[in-house]
Amino acid sequence: MSAARLILYIFVMAAVTYLIRMLPTVLFRKTINSVFIRSFLYYIPYAVLAAMTIPWVFYAMQDIWAAVIGFAAAVVMALWGKSLVAVAAVTCAAALAAALML
Amino acid sequence: MQEKRHEFLRGAKDGIPIALGYLVISFGLGISAKNIGLPVWAAVLMSVTNLTSAGEAAGIAVIAASGSLVEMALTQFVINLRYALMGLSLTQKLDGSYTLPHRLLTSYGITDEVFAVSVSRPGKLSPPYMYGLISLPVLGWTTGTLLGAAAGELLPPLVGEALGLAIYGMFIAIVLPPAKKDKGICCCVVLSALLSCCLRYIPVFSGITQGFAIILCAVIASALMAVLFPRKEEGQ
Repeated sequence: MSAARLILYIFVMAAVTYLIRMLPTVLFRKTINSVFIRSFLYYIPYAVLAAMTIPWVFYAMQDIWAAVIGFAAAVVMALWGKSLVAVAAVTCAAALAAALML
Repeated sequence: MQEKRHEFLRGAKDGIPIALGYLVISFGLGISAKNIGLPVWAAVLMSVTNLTSAGEAAGIAVIAASGSLVEMALTQFVINLRYALMGLSLTQKLDGSYTLPHRLLTSYGITDEVFAVSVSRPGKLSPPYMYGLISLPVLGWTTGTLLGAAAGELLPPLVGEALGLAIYGMFIAIVLPPAKKDKGICCCVVLSALLSCCLRYIPVFSGITQGFAIILCAVIASALMAVLFPRKEEGQ
């Protein structure tokens, strides 16, 4: 892929992301009153992360079973209430250990 | 002047734990970028201009699939839409010295963690405090991406692959604890994941790219949950 194309991708990402952050901060002085819109925005991050993770996490490594074990470790650690960094570290360690052993 | 400096330092201190977390997570993101063949400079440029884990991970997926720029813009819009709500919520807490240039600058640094720290701080927010709060996380996020993308070349491929899972580990750590406590979030997560599998595995949907698939799943699941489990107390 050409550098120009990459810069274009990154520019579009940065511009959209900045506008989303900037416009409400600059333009709005009131909060949204619609319960539907507020609820929708409340759920969006969770829905996005779920759809980004499943099923894609299973294809993040060449060995699908290593990725499955990493995923399982992440689920256990997260349900156990561990911090983001701890969950991420154990995910990688479990996947690596599985890939080396399988 | 003294007071401004004091506020900046207080913000910087509050930003230290965020920055440390970002350093680790963005290391994994840098490796993900490297794994799809992105050059180091592009990964770093993306992180310093975007400053968002889920958005960048999705952006990397769109680039890997050579998606269109419209797909890229829409993906970023849906995934990062939550920042609009956070920005909106923060406007209620900005103090009288928060002029337009300050708003234009500090809105760049609204992330999930920066938002969480700033809303939980008692009283109003001043521009120096926000600059302090944002500065170290930006540094941590960019440095981690640089190290990850650069180390991706040096590490054995298997270690690189395993570290690429870090970003998913973080997503799971963000989603599951609240899903365990809240029925609405739980249903939303399960539905979105199921829809995502349908789009991935049912042959008739095979033309839909990953970026659009994420948008579809998230919008359908969130809209349905907003009807079934409306939130009356959030977004104050």
